[in-house]
Amino acid sequence: MAVDHEMVARVAGLARLKLAPADVAPLADELNKILGWIDQLQAVETGNIQPMTAVIPNSRPWREDEVTDGGIQDDVLANAPEAAHGFFAVPKVIE
Amino acid sequence: MPGPYTDGHAGTYIIEGRTGPWELVIGLEVHAQVTSRAKLFSGSATDFGSEPNSQVSFVDAAMPGMLPVLNGECVRQAVRTGLALGAQINRWSRFDRKNYFYADLPQGYQISQYQHPIVGEGEIEIELEDGTRHTVGIERIHLEQDAGKSIHDLSPVFSYVDLNRSGVALMEIVSKPDMRSPAEAAAYVASLRAILRAIGSCDGNMQEGSMRADVNVSVRRPGTKFGTRCEIKNVNSIRFIQQAIAYEARRQVAILEEGGTIRQETRLFDPDKGETRSLRSKEDAHDYRYFPEPDLLPLELTEDFIAQCKASLPELPGAKRARFEAELGLSPYLSGVLTADADSSRWFETLLAETADRQGKPQRDVAEKAANWMTGELFGALNRLDLAIAESPVTPAQGAELLALVADGTLSGPLAKQVFEIMLETREDPGVIAEERGLKQVSDTGALERTIGDVMAANPDKVADYRGGKDKLFGFFVGQVMKASGGKANPAVVNALLKKALG
Repeated sequence: MAVDHEMVARVAGLARLKLAPADVAPLADELNKILGWIDQLQAVETGNIQPMTAVIPNSRPWREDEVTDGGIQDDVLANAPEAAHGFFAVPKVIE
Repeated sequence: MPGPYTDGHAGTYIIEGRTGPWELVIGLEVHAQVTSRAKLFSGSATDFGSEPNSQVSFVDAAMPGMLPVLNGECVRQAVRTGLALGAQINRWSRFDRKNYFYADLPQGYQISQYQHPIVGEGEIEIELEDGTRHTVGIERIHLEQDAGKSIHDLSPVFSYVDLNRSGVALMEIVSKPDMRSPAEAAAYVASLRAILRAIGSCDGNMQEGSMRADVNVSVRRPGTKFGTRCEIKNVNSIRFIQQAIAYEARRQVAILEEGGTIRQETRLFDPDKGETRSLRSKEDAHDYRYFPEPDLLPLELTEDFIAQCKASLPELPGAKRARFEAELGLSPYLSGVLTADADSSRWFETLLAETADRQGKPQRDVAEKAANWMTGELFGALNRLDLAIAESPVTPAQGAELLALVADGTLSGPLAKQVFEIMLETREDPGVIAEERGLKQVSDTGALERTIGDVMAANPDKVADYRGGKDKLFGFFVGQVMKASGGKANPAVVNALLKKALG
C-alpha cells in the first residue's frame, strides 16, 4: 500500500494538522517508507497465530458499578481557556 | 410534493406518486442509555440534570494519560439485552476508536465497537394497531460512549459544553431495514422500549434522552432493490420518528419523480416545522478512521457469565402478555395494555395477587374485574391528574381492598366510584373512607323496609295505580327509595323488598 500526495493532504485535514504544501511530498515519502515496512511484515505467515493483545495474561479487568469519581468541576475546568457558569465556553459551533 | 399516501391493508404504506407507487424502507439505530450508576469507562455518576461538569472525571475530560477501565455492569446489561432479543452473544468483541472532532467530544474520538460488536443478530416482534404482528430483525448491538452536550443559546459568542454525559454507556441497537411504514417504526420502538424497561437495562425515558433514534429512510418501487438512504439523526420521540419518516419519504419521492437522485446524507428533523433538513455538507465527516482501541483489552465473555445474565432475566413483555391471555383469560387488548410497560404490569400483578388473596379466589376468577378497573378507573384518573402509574396516589393493595368491598356488596358500583375519588385525594384506605363517611351500601332489610313503607305512605295514588296494572311505576318506587337512602341502598335488595311490599 502507498499513499499519494492527495491522500496525505486529506488525512492531515481530517486530523486537523496544518500542513504547508511544501511539506506534503517529504511527508508522503516518509509515510510510504513506513507503509513499505508494514508490507514487509505482512509477508510473514500469521494465519495460525492468535493476535497478541497483551504481554501478560489479563482476565476481565472490569470495574464495579460504583461512583468513585467526579465532583471536581473546578479541577476539570482549571485549564480551560474559557469557562462560564460551570461550562466550558468554546467558540460558537452551530451546524 | 406527491399527494396523500394510502394506508391500505395491514402493513402496507405506499406513496402514490405522479409516476407510480413508492414503497418505504426503514431501518433504525436506537441509542439506549445503559442503566448504571457509573460511566462506561470511569467512576463518575450518570445522574440526569446535575450541575454542569460535576459528574466528570479526568478520564471523561480526556486529560492526558488517563486510561479507561470497563464497567462490568454495562457489559452485563448489554448481554442481558441481547439475550432478551434472542440475539447471538459474541464471546469475543472489541472496542474501536471512531475519530472525529467536535467541541463536546474531548478525546477527539468515541470509543465504540465497529467490526466486532458484543451482540449479533436477533429479532423482535412488533404489533400494529390493527393487531397484525411482524418480526423485525436486529442486526447488532454494540457498546459505546456518549458525548457531552453543547448548548448554543446561552451566550451570543460562545457555545457552552457540559461533559456530564461524556462517557455515559450507550447501547446502539441496530435494526435490519425491515420496516415499511412510520407505524411499523413506531411499533418497533415501542416494543424495544418495553423490553428494555422490563429487563431494566435502560429506563427508556425519551424526554431525558435515555433513548433516541437515528432513522434511515429510503424509497423504492415496490419489490425492487433498495434506494439510496438518508439518515435522520437523534430523533427523540415516537411521534417525531413517524413524522420524520413520512416527511423524508415524500421529499425523496419528489426528488426522484423530478428525475433527480438522492444524495446519501445526514439530516436533522425539525419538530417545529415538521421537516428534515441537511445537516452535514462535508463528506469527509463520515471518514471516521476506525482502529482498535489500544487502551482496552478485547472483551471476552465466559459461558458462566452469559448463563448468569440469562438467569437474571425476568419474564419478557411478549411472554407475559401471552400468559395473561392464556392463564388469566384476559382479552388480547387488555393483555396488551397491561404489558406495554413494566411499571403497569408490575402494578397489575400486585393488584391481582392481593385481589385474589382478599377474595379467596383463584387469580383467573378476579383477573378481568381487576384489569377492567385498572385500565378504566385508575388509568382514567391518572390520565386526568397527569400522573404516571408509578406515581399513583392509590396503591395496588388499596385497589384490591376497593374491589373486595364491591365484590362482597359493601359498596355498589356508584359508591365505589365515590370512594375511589376520595382515595385519590386523601390516599386513605377505601374501608376507612366507606366507614367514616357512611358510604356503605345499605343491605339491612329492616331499615330498607321502613324506607319503603315511608315512600309508599307518601304516594298512595301511585301505589294504587301500580296495583291497578301500571307496572312501569316500579322504577319510580326504586328511584324514590334510592333517593331516600342517599344512594346507598343495595339495588338488588331494594328490588326484592319492593316487589314483596307492592304485592
